[in-house]
Amino acid sequence: MSLLTDLINLDLSDSTEKIIAEYIWVGGSGMDMRSKARTLPGPVTDPSELPKWNYDGSSTGQAPGEDSEVILYPQAIFKDPFRRGNNILVMCDAYTPAGEPIPTNKRHAAAEIFSNPDVVAEVPWYGIEQEYTLLQKDVNWPVGWPIGGFPGPQGPYYCSIGADKSFGRDIVDSHYKACLYAGINISGINGEVMPGQWEFQVGPSVGISAADEIWIARYILERITEIAGVVVSFDPKPIPGDWNGAGAHTNYSTKSMREEGGFEIIKKAIDKLGLRHKEHISAYGEGNERRLTGHHETADINTFKWGVANRGASIRVGRDTEKEGKGYFEDRRPASNMDPYIVTSMIAETTLLWNP
Amino acid sequence: MSLLSDLVNLSLSDSTEKIIAEYIWIGGSGMDIRSKARTLPGPVSDPSKLPKWNYDGSSTGQAAGDDSEVILYPQAIFRDPFRRGNNILVMCDAYTPAGDPIPTNKRHNAAKIFSHPNVASEEPWYGIEQEYTLMQKDVNWPIGWPVGGFPGPQGPYYCGVGADKAIGRDIVDAHYKACIYAGIGISGVNGEVMPGQWEFQVGPVEGISAGDQVWVARYLLERITEISGVMVSFDPKPVPGDWNGAGAHCNYSTKTMRNDGGLAVIKKAIEKLQLKHKEHIAAYGEGNERRLTGKHETADINTFSWGVANRGASVRVGRDTEKEGKGYFEDRRPASNMDPYVVTSMIAETTILG
Repeated sequence: MSLLTDLINLDLSDSTEKIIAEYIWVGGSGMDMRSKARTLPGPVTDPSELPKWNYDGSSTGQAPGEDSEVILYPQAIFKDPFRRGNNILVMCDAYTPAGEPIPTNKRHAAAEIFSNPDVVAEVPWYGIEQEYTLLQKDVNWPVGWPIGGFPGPQGPYYCSIGADKSFGRDIVDSHYKACLYAGINISGINGEVMPGQWEFQVGPSVGISAADEIWIARYILERITEIAGVVVSFDPKPIPGDWNGAGAHTNYSTKSMREEGGFEIIKKAIDKLGLRHKEHISAYGEGNERRLTGHHETADINTFKWGVANRGASIRVGRDTEKEGKGYFEDRRPASNMDPYIVTSMIAETTLLWNP
Repeated sequence: MSLLSDLVNLSLSDSTEKIIAEYIWIGGSGMDIRSKARTLPGPVSDPSKLPKWNYDGSSTGQAAGDDSEVILYPQAIFRDPFRRGNNILVMCDAYTPAGDPIPTNKRHNAAKIFSHPNVASEEPWYGIEQEYTLMQKDVNWPIGWPVGGFPGPQGPYYCGVGADKAIGRDIVDAHYKACIYAGIGISGVNGEVMPGQWEFQVGPVEGISAGDQVWVARYLLERITEISGVMVSFDPKPVPGDWNGAGAHCNYSTKTMRNDGGLAVIKKAIEKLQLKHKEHIAAYGEGNERRLTGKHETADINTFSWGVANRGASVRVGRDTEKEGKGYFEDRRPASNMDPYVVTSMIAETTILG
């Protein structure tokens, strides 16, 4: 297909000023991503200069057929690693024609929390560790696993190398560079404990941009697995039994936590989270009860506990933070299929705006 | 999948100053290599300027779940032949949060030996001949061997050419160039006596770098076999019977051995090694007794012998060294799965400090 690749990779900058903008939004299930593209007359770097658009909400479970237009508001721009040149990806959220956020639009409420002056003043940082599993197409079984059977038990796979231990690295490595190219603050990757499972981290990012970046990183990942002919799963426990689940641990700090005396602030914040454990858990992803069992480096879903360097706790504080008396902490409860708009804003709300 | 390779090969230098650093360490078995990557704000060429990092030791058999952080100290930088650009590979060793080397960290003790003034002043050089066997995935049988059967007996394969004699050369040649690109002192490759078995040599490299470079060369090899869908085995006797084993012969010299009168110094050093034969053998790799039988160009594991040009000896001195009265010698005892930090530092310790 060399002629097709020539065309896909065509550099348009010698022929035209026009650019292509891929508008991306979250569909009716809250996890399905949708996108479509349009031509714009020239390069754009500021989302407020992009036109609003609309889509057929009746085809995504987000509007009835007789009143199907859902309006897309551009919120963040990233460079398009597939089309390159001046072409862009645009993260959007969805509104009714009357200007109301539709029910599945979780960004709107998050943006309100992040514009609250008490939250703004604390400059909340997020580092999100997105785990995911690569599945073979058509059989719904992880890549590298024998059909009808299982690989050897967990142990050799975490951060591993070798054809018998590491499956899908080309997807992971192309995703890493594509995200860096796009302008996403991707801070690292690693092979996970279950074979065929991987993780990337985004952060530290401030406020609402953390979630925008996670959604775009997920979009780029699924575009890449589409090329590779493989399926990406964000299910929190893709294989039942003695196999690790997939999470989206959320590392968090505020200005006060990062400064002298921050460790006390951290402990107070953790206490507040402990008092709202049930509320957070119910918003931390569907099916999380299959994952948070107390085994496989998780804390039981009904238990809230925290500890230093303890990977079996709900919240883990790093040794560095303990030693220096300031830093950040890790909420290990969110599932891989969590909505980052909900999780990031809820942590900010509980720790900065809520009082028992 | 040409679009995927476009992305994997994307040059980021036009979009960002950021670089990707792949931190590499040795896992709980002492032979499993692990790695993960992080983004850094700009290019780095000095390991002391790289941040320490940490990993989940409970997932590699190196820490408990409730106290799982193991700290990575960057020790050596190499260029990343897979990501290229300004991206790097970082060889690390592992410590507890309190700053003590964890039990599987063999580099720390080796570094102490190599910084001893008597050792440092002797500028110990190492040339390590790493043998390995390529195995078919899923059946654990050497590549090119018929499944359920055997190839013809050894003879045609050493340095052989041809589809019926040399199997896996693309892996070997890719590895050779990748190592040179990375900055490893790889000095050569050859096909070995057993079909599907190969060798590369790293050296001469001085002191602790020999260990660092062999480990990163092994890492590059297993990354390349991963791409090829083939497995690499460092087992010292992968196929029992009339088939060669795999070793990691260690060539060694000090400043005084390389100067006039060196041959006498070499002979003294060999005598010291003879006196500690059992201790060395115990540290020269698991399963070596299946390989050191006295046949297949090895010396029996319980016997220490040395000779000029003798491949059936424990230690071999080359004819050139004998003729010029100075040079180096070859310790043929280490197995392919030896830890180069242990072997190189032990040879230095026994011959210089003993």
